Amino acid sequence: MRILVVEDDLEAQRYLVQGLKESGHVVDEAGDGDTGLSLALSRPYDVAVVDRMLPGLDGLKVVAGMREHGNSIPVLFLSALSEVDDRVKGLKAGGDDYLTKPYAFVELLARIDALMRRRTPTGVRTRLDVGDLELDLLTRAAKRSGTDIELQPREFRLLEYLMRHAGQVVTRTMLLESVWEYHFDPQTNVIDVHISRLRAKIDKGFEAPLLHTVRGAGYMIRAH
Amino acid sequence: MLLFAISVTALLFFTYWNTRRTLDAQTDQIIEAEITGLQEEYNHFGLQGVVETLRAQSLHSNQSLYLLSDSLHHSVAGNLDSWPQISGTTGQMVEFDFERPIDGKTETRRARGRVFELPGSFVLLVAQDVHDRYLTERMFTTTLPWTVVLILILGAAGGALMSRNMLQKLDAINRTSGEIIAGDLSRRVPLTGSGDEFDLLAENLNRMLDRIERLMKGLREVTDSVAHDLRTPLNRLRNRLEESVARLNTSGAQADEIERAIAETDQLIATFNALLLIAETDAGTTRAAMSALDLGSVAADVVELYEPLAEERKISLTLTPGAGVVVEGNRSLIAQALANLVDNAIKYTPAGGKVRILAANTNAGVELAVTDSGPGIPLADRPRVTERFVRLEASRNSPGTGLGLSLVMAVAHFHGAELALEDNVPTGLKAVLRFPPSAVRSVPPLKNAAE
Repeated sequence: MRILVVEDDLEAQRYLVQGLKESGHVVDEAGDGDTGLSLALSRPYDVAVVDRMLPGLDGLKVVAGMREHGNSIPVLFLSALSEVDDRVKGLKAGGDDYLTKPYAFVELLARIDALMRRRTPTGVRTRLDVGDLELDLLTRAAKRSGTDIELQPREFRLLEYLMRHAGQVVTRTMLLESVWEYHFDPQTNVIDVHISRLRAKIDKGFEAPLLHTVRGAGYMIRAH
Repeated sequence: MLLFAISVTALLFFTYWNTRRTLDAQTDQIIEAEITGLQEEYNHFGLQGVVETLRAQSLHSNQSLYLLSDSLHHSVAGNLDSWPQISGTTGQMVEFDFERPIDGKTETRRARGRVFELPGSFVLLVAQDVHDRYLTERMFTTTLPWTVVLILILGAAGGALMSRNMLQKLDAINRTSGEIIAGDLSRRVPLTGSGDEFDLLAENLNRMLDRIERLMKGLREVTDSVAHDLRTPLNRLRNRLEESVARLNTSGAQADEIERAIAETDQLIATFNALLLIAETDAGTTRAAMSALDLGSVAADVVELYEPLAEERKISLTLTPGAGVVVEGNRSLIAQALANLVDNAIKYTPAGGKVRILAANTNAGVELAVTDSGPGIPLADRPRVTERFVRLEASRNSPGTGLGLSLVMAVAHFHGAELALEDNVPTGLKAVLRFPPSAVRSVPPLKNAAE
């Protein structure tokens, strides 16, 4: 995947570029808004990571400029500004996701993966499968190896999100934002408790677990 | 309006009464003077003298009326043809009608005068023609009600016009203030250019707003640069630690050490984020998106989120939602505040206990409460626990930043609400967010409008 990184803090830029390259992506970088915008408009990228405060054109204007020229690639904003109003501003300006500095690299990577997955057209899916686990999106029924699994509405949405991102790391914040549609810090790790409930329903009594904890990052659902 | 009508009527009546009294007094004076003259005549020349004077006076006087008659009302002298119908006693001022030929026609006119007796059973009437005054008076009394009605109509119309004009000007000021309270500090009160008191008020308000906007902007810039200047190095620090642990590529004591440093950094970042959020919401510098927010549905979400955790700790977590408890608020801030309260309640309630969330409309606005069956907070410590970094001895060793309640307090203030810590019945703590009626909205909540 080709990723554009627009970040003026060179130390952070170097780290970001190196990390993304190590994860197997092709990365171009820009240190200011104008260079970032002209790169975004002249080369094909799959996703752009844009810092909110940049010399020259600031992050919001870079993304607004991209959208104006019909460039619709997913954009992840990085911001060192205060969150409450800036998050809304960033998303309004055409950003697809927003991450506040300092961030964990795994969180950034998970979000980039999720953005690119969102972009790949999969058609309207009515069924999700991971190994012998199936989720019918129309009847809202879950089965593993043919056995029905009873799920609460929220557990269903949690499992659906995990399965839509099967094979990808999904962080706790991503789950809170997508499944619960809230963005705040829930003190205790309440998401972990929800996951262990779900795990008890889908993995208990089966030889191969599907729902895995990724240390220091979050969770991933995958067959083997 | 009624007061105005009464005043107008009273004023007109007073004018009428006063004018009539003055005119009557003048007439009476003339009559008294004539009577005194005739009295002297009588004293010097007897009845004959009076008769002669009357005849002489009658010839060249139109205004003064005289009639001397005997006890059977037969005219002896004077310019009145016959004795008029007079009611009232002798010696007092009376009014009566008399007839007089004018331009060949007989006309009934009004007069005012006095009757008194002369020795020898003679009666003398001395009077003044007051017909003109009488006509004016009649005209006045018939037009008075119409005058009052007309004045009332004109007054009401004028008053309505004036107050509408005034209300329009006040309305413009109120509208602008409302928009500013709603968060748009760039708004200004429009000037009409008339230079009146309202314009002066608007100018003063605008000057005040300029100043507030400058201060708020300054404060925002400070928070933004504090955020930026601390987050950037924290970000580098975290990056480097992650890099180091990745480079080690093995697990071991050294890697564990770095992992622990990362965890400490994350704790530091969490504290910093909470502090910044408190500072922003407390100062009201944030322009967090506000919308009509159903507290019942936010409470239901928070209950749903914490229910597994409560179950794990063997605590029953229940919600008693009121119907349509809607306030103007920021969804994620309210959720964060409620989550902090619920998190605290679960943390301090022993197994087997109860935590309840209540959302209700009250007479004084809206209440959002979290009650628990834990040990509660001693009365003396209650004011302290909402201060930043204050943690009570009993909870010193449980996880937490000591900012949870400060943040709840800041979120409350941001919404114009108050946070009260009270005794729960029978035991435990009741933490209540009380929203004033001004924060309450009657419109149905927009789904996910906040974010």
